Amino acid sequence: MTINTLLVKEGCPQEQMACFRKMEKVIVAMQDPDMGMKMRNQRLLITVIPHAMTGHDIITWLIQKYCISEEEALHLGNLLVKYGYIYPLKEPRSLVLRRDESPYRFQTPYFWTSTQWPATELDYAIYLAKKNIRKQGELMEYEKERYSLLHKRINHTWDFVVMQAREQLRASKQRRKADRIVLECQEQAYWLINRPAVTCQRALGRNRVKSSNCLEGFLKHSEQYQNHDPIMQGCLPSNPWISDDAAHWTMNADVVPVPTRLRVERWSFSFMELLSDTMGRKEFMTYLEKEFSAENLCFWQACEEIRHGENSRISEKVNEIYKNFLAPGAARWVNIDSKTMYKTLEGIKRPHRFVMDDAQMHIYFLMKKDSYPRYLKSDLYKNMLAKAIVPQETKKSVFPFMRRQRHSSPSPAQAATQATEEDGRVKEAGQIAEIVSAQQRIRAVRKTL
Amino acid sequence: MTTIAMGEMEQLRKEADNLKDQITAARKAMQDTTLQEAAASINVVGRVQLKTRKTLRGHLAKIYAMHWSTDSKLCVSASQDGKLIVWDSITTNKVNAIPLKSSWVMTCAYAPSGNLVACGGLDNMCSIYNLKGKDGNVKVMRELAAHTGYLSCCRFLSDSEIITSSGDCTCVLWDIETGTQKTIFAGHQGDCMSLAVSPDFKFFISGACDFTAKLWDIREGTCRQTFGGHESDINAIGFFPNGNAVITGSDDASCKLYDLRADQELITYQDSSIMCGVTSLAPSLSGRLLLAGYDDFNVNIWDTLKAERVGVLAGHDNRVSCIGVSSDGMACCTGSWDSFLKIWN
Repeated sequence: MTINTLLVKEGCPQEQMACFRKMEKVIVAMQDPDMGMKMRNQRLLITVIPHAMTGHDIITWLIQKYCISEEEALHLGNLLVKYGYIYPLKEPRSLVLRRDESPYRFQTPYFWTSTQWPATELDYAIYLAKKNIRKQGELMEYEKERYSLLHKRINHTWDFVVMQAREQLRASKQRRKADRIVLECQEQAYWLINRPAVTCQRALGRNRVKSSNCLEGFLKHSEQYQNHDPIMQGCLPSNPWISDDAAHWTMNADVVPVPTRLRVERWSFSFMELLSDTMGRKEFMTYLEKEFSAENLCFWQACEEIRHGENSRISEKVNEIYKNFLAPGAARWVNIDSKTMYKTLEGIKRPHRFVMDDAQMHIYFLMKKDSYPRYLKSDLYKNMLAKAIVPQETKKSVFPFMRRQRHSSPSPAQAATQATEEDGRVKEAGQIAEIVSAQQRIRAVRKTL
Repeated sequence: MTTIAMGEMEQLRKEADNLKDQITAARKAMQDTTLQEAAASINVVGRVQLKTRKTLRGHLAKIYAMHWSTDSKLCVSASQDGKLIVWDSITTNKVNAIPLKSSWVMTCAYAPSGNLVACGGLDNMCSIYNLKGKDGNVKVMRELAAHTGYLSCCRFLSDSEIITSSGDCTCVLWDIETGTQKTIFAGHQGDCMSLAVSPDFKFFISGACDFTAKLWDIREGTCRQTFGGHESDINAIGFFPNGNAVITGSDDASCKLYDLRADQELITYQDSSIMCGVTSLAPSLSGRLLLAGYDDFNVNIWDTLKAERVGVLAGHDNRVSCIGVSSDGMACCTGSWDSFLKIWN
């Protein structure tokens, strides 16, 4: 389960509540008197804190209860700490779960994010004031900034804030030291989660492209692909939907002896177009073999199979790739920069679907910048283009007058009157056309004799 | 205490508005031309007239969704008569008629390999069917259950992964083999109504009832960009063919094109004579034409670069609920509440 770790500040959106409920189930199970965690008194400096547990105990319990690996237990435990269900007693600002004897406690449900205790600016101000009064210089930089911001913003109630802070500090002095520390830690943990140091400024810092460049991009794309768009330009030899003739599809099947010209042209539009076409890829492979760099394309293809293939075969495929392409002295060793190679080799120890992404990207760009442009200039490609078929348009012989014009037409009103005229003519034309086509066929047969 | 609270709220509201203004200003600074200027040089498309070539008859109730197979000949449709039908659209024969456990289906999808189809709806589940089973029978392969709301849309990434969007405001990436959720994409504040995957399979976009569209990174599980501007629920969403822009269709009767690199809306497709919502949309292969289905039983064809209407497909007797252009760009298929599918080009 992965959730976006940036919490929304104004309350708890519906979708996160589902995740919180799941986490709370785990927490409740952990506190079960029989099957839950063994808690003990932990020593914090000179004070003894009750009902605490060590990081090591948490992980062991999670492993046992859910039969998961140590890595998963650590990840789950970290999530519980990050979202404030368990807080550390030592180093409270570091919201991570340590696998050792560091003490942790459960957060009281009052402070759970899902309880949505409406923590206002006022409460935050009182909390910061208490800290400031208790020990000068205890506030962190970002807390100091916020403190002065709040001071400006709710200046009119500042006396109330300070008074409340003093009252609460006085009341807490009356408690036992252990209780006091626990309450302070609970409150601190709550505010660390709900007013984190890092603020979300992503949207302001984004790099944007000028709209003129973007619109130009769309224009270029549409123009380039216009001839390939059958709805706009029709298609050769004929539209199978109209003529019931599947020639167009037969000519453009995955593997054909000679491809059509439009198809070969499309390979020059972008590297992705070339790679997405089975024949294009084959041709490119032939070219690379001549250049002795075919292992790059083989590597890229193998990585694609991992990205889109079955989960259960990922480890097996990753091993194959390592043996064939990455291991020192491998038969088809690919040239990747040392940083990417190191990162990939580290990642291979724990293979997952995207482990080859960086290496694959590197080889993709290598081919795109180097081999691809040279392929387009090569004789191999030029010959292919010259040999490619431009299919003859086969007219549907029965209704010659109904051949559609796809280019700019007159106004719809005019087009309507044209259509009715044509309808009238069609009936006579039908008979004439049949005679014409019969004559054509006879001529064609005569030519072969 | 109330006056204090009010004062705070005002301050916070002002701060939020200030930040929003800054973002708007940053976006506006990048708007250095209008669509009219940029598109002035290209050819006019002229009137586009498409005719119905085939009508696929067989469903007995409203058709809610359809999806083309990558071979551009087969397509699958889902209807609330409880059937998923795979059609050979050339011959109009039914290749498979799959009876569903729950007839309240709202979406269907064809896997790129052609081996699997998926559907889902008010049963909150996405059911995966294997079309190429050993004994020739089509059986349920997996039932992906974990959503707490209806399934509004699903799209395959491959035979092993599928992305679903749901009325519980989340989108989920599933591992089909194990039937488990791999990543939950949470962030929308309203029901997610539709989704579309980018041509390179690295990102997907979702449109929701919170009037926004979000771009998600599949690998990282995070939302990269959010696009607002619509005044009502977004029902349909698609990528411009080069993957650099998102097109959305909404109940506010308009379609909008958002550019990913400019991070803002560039073009709106609307007309004062159109007052009903957009239910579905699909761009043509070159991206020059946008076909959008509306509640008024018609499909409007827009010139995407000039933002003008260049054609209408009128032929259905009820709302057009789904539309799709085949991957070779040859034909457009529309499905309607009148229980028919029509193939146009």
